[in-house]
Amino acid sequence: MTAAAAGAGAAEEAGRGAGFLIDLRGVSRTYDDGPPALDDLTLTVRTGEALAVLGPSGSGKSTLLNLVAGLDRPDAGTVTVDGLRVDELGESASAKYRRAAIGMVFQFFNLLDDLTVADNVLLPAQLAGLPRAGAAARAAELLAYLGIERHARAYPGRLSGGERQRVAVARALMNRPSLLLADEPTGALDTASGAEVRELLRELHADGQTIVLVTHDLTLAESCATRTVELVDGRIARDSAAGWAAGAPTPYGAYGAGAASSGARPGAAR
Amino acid sequence: MSALGRVVRAGVGRRRVQSAVMVLTTLLTVAAAVLAAGLLVASRAPFDDAFAQQHGAHLTGQFDAEKATDAQLRATAEAGGVAAAAGPYAITSLRLNVAGAPEGAVSRPMAVAGRASAGGPVDDLEVTQGRWAERPGELVIEAGALSPDMVLGARVTVDGLADGPTLTVVGIAESVGESADGWVVPRQLDGLTPAGGARPDRQMLYRLDDADSRADVAAGRKAVAAAAPAGALTGSQSYLDVKQLADENTAAFIPFVTAFALLGLAMSVLIVSIVVSGAVGAATRRIGVLKSLGFTPPQVGRAYVAQAAIPAAVGAVLGALLGNALSVPLMSEVASAYGTGRILIPLWVDVAVPAAVLALVAVTALGPALRAARLRTTAALSVGRTPHAARGRRVRHLLGRLPLPRAVGLGLAGPFARPARSATMAAAVAFGALAVTFAVGLGTSLLAIEKEGTPDAAGDVTVHRITGPGGPGAPGGPEGPGGPGGPGGPGGPGVATSATSATSAASTSSAAASSASSAKEIAAAIRAHPGTEHYFATAETDVAVAGRKGAVPLVTYRGEAPADGHRLAAGRWFSAPGEAVAPARFLAATHTGIGDTVTLLDGDRTVELRIVGEVFDLGDEGLAVRTAYDSVATLVPDQTPAQYTVDLTPGTDRSAYLKALNADLRPLGAEGVFSEDDEASPVLLAMQALIAMLTAMLVAVACLGVLNTVVLDTRERVHDLGVFKALGMSPRQTVAMVLTSVAGTGLVAGAVGVPLGVALHHYVVPEMGRSVGTNIPDALVDVYTPLGLTLLALAGVAIATAGALLPATWAAATRTAAALRSE
Repeated sequence: MTAAAAGAGAAEEAGRGAGFLIDLRGVSRTYDDGPPALDDLTLTVRTGEALAVLGPSGSGKSTLLNLVAGLDRPDAGTVTVDGLRVDELGESASAKYRRAAIGMVFQFFNLLDDLTVADNVLLPAQLAGLPRAGAAARAAELLAYLGIERHARAYPGRLSGGERQRVAVARALMNRPSLLLADEPTGALDTASGAEVRELLRELHADGQTIVLVTHDLTLAESCATRTVELVDGRIARDSAAGWAAGAPTPYGAYGAGAASSGARPGAAR
Repeated sequence: MSALGRVVRAGVGRRRVQSAVMVLTTLLTVAAAVLAAGLLVASRAPFDDAFAQQHGAHLTGQFDAEKATDAQLRATAEAGGVAAAAGPYAITSLRLNVAGAPEGAVSRPMAVAGRASAGGPVDDLEVTQGRWAERPGELVIEAGALSPDMVLGARVTVDGLADGPTLTVVGIAESVGESADGWVVPRQLDGLTPAGGARPDRQMLYRLDDADSRADVAAGRKAVAAAAPAGALTGSQSYLDVKQLADENTAAFIPFVTAFALLGLAMSVLIVSIVVSGAVGAATRRIGVLKSLGFTPPQVGRAYVAQAAIPAAVGAVLGALLGNALSVPLMSEVASAYGTGRILIPLWVDVAVPAAVLALVAVTALGPALRAARLRTTAALSVGRTPHAARGRRVRHLLGRLPLPRAVGLGLAGPFARPARSATMAAAVAFGALAVTFAVGLGTSLLAIEKEGTPDAAGDVTVHRITGPGGPGAPGGPEGPGGPGGPGGPGGPGVATSATSATSAASTSSAAASSASSAKEIAAAIRAHPGTEHYFATAETDVAVAGRKGAVPLVTYRGEAPADGHRLAAGRWFSAPGEAVAPARFLAATHTGIGDTVTLLDGDRTVELRIVGEVFDLGDEGLAVRTAYDSVATLVPDQTPAQYTVDLTPGTDRSAYLKALNADLRPLGAEGVFSEDDEASPVLLAMQALIAMLTAMLVAVACLGVLNTVVLDTRERVHDLGVFKALGMSPRQTVAMVLTSVAGTGLVAGAVGVPLGVALHHYVVPEMGRSVGTNIPDALVDVYTPLGLTLLALAGVAIATAGALLPATWAAATRTAAALRSE
């Protein structure tokens, strides 16, 4: 057994023992010569929790999400998800980890325009090499659950924003991930569609899905999240677990529902 | 630097991969084109220049003096199409023995003409050493007929004329058209023919109004024959045959180097089109920005043409240098063929070829550049870089339903998103597959040609005679090294095959009897040896052919010379008395064909042979006549075998056989060796090396074309790649997706390129043969096997995946988070 594997095993024991699905310890990440996107951040998330990460643009929200998803690596610190040291995974192992444990929803959906809705939803299962029949049944089930089964053979470009985000959620849930990561899921939606997605996420959490969502949308955070943290300059400035209410005024009032429709691109915020 | 200059410089520097692809493509094209054009021009220039300077004879006619008077022959100068004529000159075939030559040295038949002066309206000879013959007893030798002993001042006697005169070589003259091997004053010639023999033939030299092609010369010959009394024209020689012999060292290179140059040119157009179109497509926003800043459409167009022209210019310069470097060994062959100093590729070729290729590049780049110039600014600024989503959707959907790994299905659908670009890339890969197919076929054919081009090299064991000093096979003797039939000798095909000459001064009756007796013992020993299935014996000597200047080798066979041991281009192997086979060049040089009769001469002895087959023979300058010994026994009565070719019964231990056989043969003055000990021809080796290099360059360019396309595709689809990876696509799956996106195209391109390569090979190989005056048998052209073709079809896949491998690994290594952030 390698040292890394041994370390991962120990972390797994520690994480499971403590009941944390996500365990970030002393995580720092700096891009090029800029200021740290994350600065010695420590954060834990329990299974079944719905965590909303708030903060102004550049506060490190998306970086946090990318690290948990294994899309990026910290410069320092450890990232453990479901007992697995994600920061130590190679590219292939990281891909397998995402297939098995992570579902991702993006602000601009990131659907593949040249695949039908059904093909988009099937994609994670196909990449994981899951049996076709089972995957097709699961996709049909998800499309029905999300109320978009009639669009199964349509291409995403013909759907409304809310419908597209539903497709993205269906795709994210395809492989029954233990963790759903959502990056500004309502950021590109109109009010009605945003409300649909909020309700959807709330229902998913009610069904036991662990969710980490990054948002400027305080309404989303209030309606879906069981816990809210606020990042400022890569550090946790507020944590509802420590008694702060997400709806309460913050010194960083630049973000909120209005800011969410400012057209910020995914990843533009750190 | 102007704003336009800065834009061009930035464009070239920013797109390093595309610039490198353009440099290499142009480099290859220019190198191959310079080589082909240079060879073509330089190899022809020395002959053409000298021939024009001497007013060389386009047609040399030999007439029977018994059937036409000199006045009648002079009148043929008025025949249609004849521009000028000289003659008639008396001419005869003589064997000249040099006084003081080593005992046993064999003289070759030489055409000696009686001619009063070197000058004249036709065949204005250049006396390079000494002077022209002024009186009887003086001889002038043609430069090409010189031998180590036959030098200025040498004294020679005529073989077969016991009381003949002694001639002194007083001059060396150059006849570019090779009208004769030697000249004496006219009144001398009668004294050089046997008493009571026929009058010497007459030679007429003609310059024709039109003589560019064989058909032109043949038409001239027909007109001359018609102008002379019927049957008087007994033979003729076209200057094209002489030129062909002079050019043969380089002529065979020209067809395939030209083919590679044209392939390179086609690929150059394709790659330039891919690169510039890709640059325009990928830089649509940039073009929009340039226009919004005030660049005019012509400026934008010029910028994109210049972005193609700059790397192309670099490639053109480097290509010209490479072409010149490659030409050095080939040009030295040309130089040695003409005995001239170092020959270089003409400067105008070095200038004209790169200029033409650059012009082609500019024209090719103009299309996409004009497209860039016409783009509307607002549209350009708003256009995204991803392909139009509607393209290839159906295919992608259908492939998603196939039981394939998803990454493979996505990859296979990739080409349908950019059909035009994929088609262009497919064309580049098809050219690569075509080049590989062509090269493999060419290499295989050349190996087969080398193997089959040496008649009598078949069999399991070859026995040579190795008798003592002065005898056949001894150093300096007729069959030994340095002798005319031995290795390095003028008539030898590379092994000691020459037999004693019928007219050799060294041939005494006792020696001949001894030699014949020895030959019988050797044959008996071979025949009696256990393991011998069958054998045949060969001997070679030089004889003259009526109507043709100079000697031709005569190879005679005794025993069971198998027809299937000799590659025939047409007709059949000789089987009846009086039948013979000969190579294409002999047939062309003597204006004969299968079914015609040729007259062989040696002194006053003649024999007529009917040609029944065209044998494939690259030795002996392609002039050897092959027949059964019995058919020419009256012409070369004392000839004895010099080489025995033995086939063993199946299952015979060759080593044991050879050891035992040699124990029996050595006391008889003979020794056997395994037959396949021949060394590869340096010319064929040079061809193989050149083919391999040109093919490697073409394949490299095809791979670079793929690389360029895949780089463009992956850059355009980098965001999609990020999504795939975010959904769990592993690096291996990413590589598989990118590789399969070109593999399908490669397979189709290979399937198209292979038959085209076969077709090109089937055109070029016979053309190479024709360029050196021979016909390549079909069996040596049809060298592709079904398995080989199947494997070659996969060459397209190999080229495509090799070209895509690097961008595939780049795609796999792309940071997902960064890819998701990209537009």
